Amino acid sequence: MKPFAYHRAGSADDAVTIAATPNTKFLGGGTNLIDLMKSGVEQPERLVDVTRLPLAQIEELPHGGLRVGAMVRNSTLAEDPRVERHYPLLAEALLAGASPQLRNAATVGGNLMQRTRCYYFTDPIFPHCNKRVPGSGCGALHGFNRIHAILGQSEGCIAVHPSDMCVALAALEAIVRVRGPKGEREILFAEFHRLPGETPQRDTTLAADELITAIDLPPPVPSARARYLKARDRASFSFALVSVAALVALGPDGAIAQARVALGGVAHKPWRAKEAEEKLLRQKPAEQTFRAAANAALVNAKGYGDNDFKIELARRSIVRALQQVTAA
Amino acid sequence: MLMGQQILSLPATAADAPSSASINEAELIELRLRINGAERKVRVDPRVTLLDLLREQLALPGTKKGCDHGQCGACTVLVNGRRINSCLSLALTHEGDDITTIEGLAEGENLHPVQAAFIEHDGFQCGYCTPGQICSAVGLLNEKHTGTDEEIREWMSGNLCRCGAYSNILGAIKAAKAKMGGAA
Repeated sequence: MKPFAYHRAGSADDAVTIAATPNTKFLGGGTNLIDLMKSGVEQPERLVDVTRLPLAQIEELPHGGLRVGAMVRNSTLAEDPRVERHYPLLAEALLAGASPQLRNAATVGGNLMQRTRCYYFTDPIFPHCNKRVPGSGCGALHGFNRIHAILGQSEGCIAVHPSDMCVALAALEAIVRVRGPKGEREILFAEFHRLPGETPQRDTTLAADELITAIDLPPPVPSARARYLKARDRASFSFALVSVAALVALGPDGAIAQARVALGGVAHKPWRAKEAEEKLLRQKPAEQTFRAAANAALVNAKGYGDNDFKIELARRSIVRALQQVTAA
Repeated sequence: MLMGQQILSLPATAADAPSSASINEAELIELRLRINGAERKVRVDPRVTLLDLLREQLALPGTKKGCDHGQCGACTVLVNGRRINSCLSLALTHEGDDITTIEGLAEGENLHPVQAAFIEHDGFQCGYCTPGQICSAVGLLNEKHTGTDEEIREWMSGNLCRCGAYSNILGAIKAAKAKMGGAA
């Protein structure tokens, strides 16, 4: 590991001030960053430890909804009674991710900032990775790409975002609160993570000196049922090949009044499938409708050989998740 | 032999952690923490993980280095009662924390009920993953995710056992739970 200077931030403003120096990283639980520093993928000159900041509360917002401090640990969030009761989709997604030990360490803010697990990115032995070394090419494009993206990718990067929690947050339309040198701002969840385009080295729209302080969860969708369905290679402790966060609320007539569908494991960011949602609205729950929604979500999907299976897996996962949330 | 090569490669990983001879004393930072009930004051390089602090500086080699990437659970310790992977945690971030390792579970000659249950149920073969399995199981019993066999397996999924002693580990955890009345 390359030497670095360690600072324990006394306040969020203190953290932001130190982060104005180039090549500084915020340190949360460290479960991803420390690993990447060991392998040399990340080589910060300064770490600002933000885990002691007073950002570990979960508070109820006046209009309903919850404000989750960025330093709340993933396990704490999953077990909060208000989350279990009003946002079971989030609790389910959190508990589908990683292992109990990692969830005890990992922070909510860090979860948003975790990097892809694309092998060509995480192992510097591979020379080609535009995300790690901009301009070096993409090793996965014509390499071994079983875990890679089928939606929203570019020729420069077909990596996927690894988070489960973020797929639920996409479906819940969370808001990311950040603090920078000019004060606080809010970022819509859909605009927080980005597609790779020509600059896959940038995962998010966050500036280097902006610190995530909290995630706001809007009030729960009334009478909605939701499910996080995760398909993976092992029964536990494995990243998603494909995952689906599905949320459906039925109207008094039994037709779908609200629908949210977000996908994980398929794109460079948590993927909101608005096309699928439109196919569901005002329809009565039925397998045929769910298939139409799934087809709409995957209409622009593209495989690279090893990951072709993900397209059909995603369709079937969407159908199954929708069946589960609408089952009597 | 492949096995021999793998073992020989282990010191190379350990060499990534700076040895006390290679680092500038001025760059060491003072750290106070409580380990197995004892207050400890150490000076550490910022790069040192909690795992390497325990094993290399504090002569507590019970906590094992398996993958060193948070994927195997051999390095599991309890920090303020919660289990974490010590390999992915910088020592300096633990100022003031209360750390319990496998060495701190027994009370004198009396084994912790989870340790005793692992022996009674033969919850290991080679034993390398066992300290992590036991610390993880103690954490699990605190968390109370032990309602069914399936739940215990799911909540122990962060600890791999390449000998495949899983069914006896499950048996040991259930026995310890019964003995402890469901609480750690």
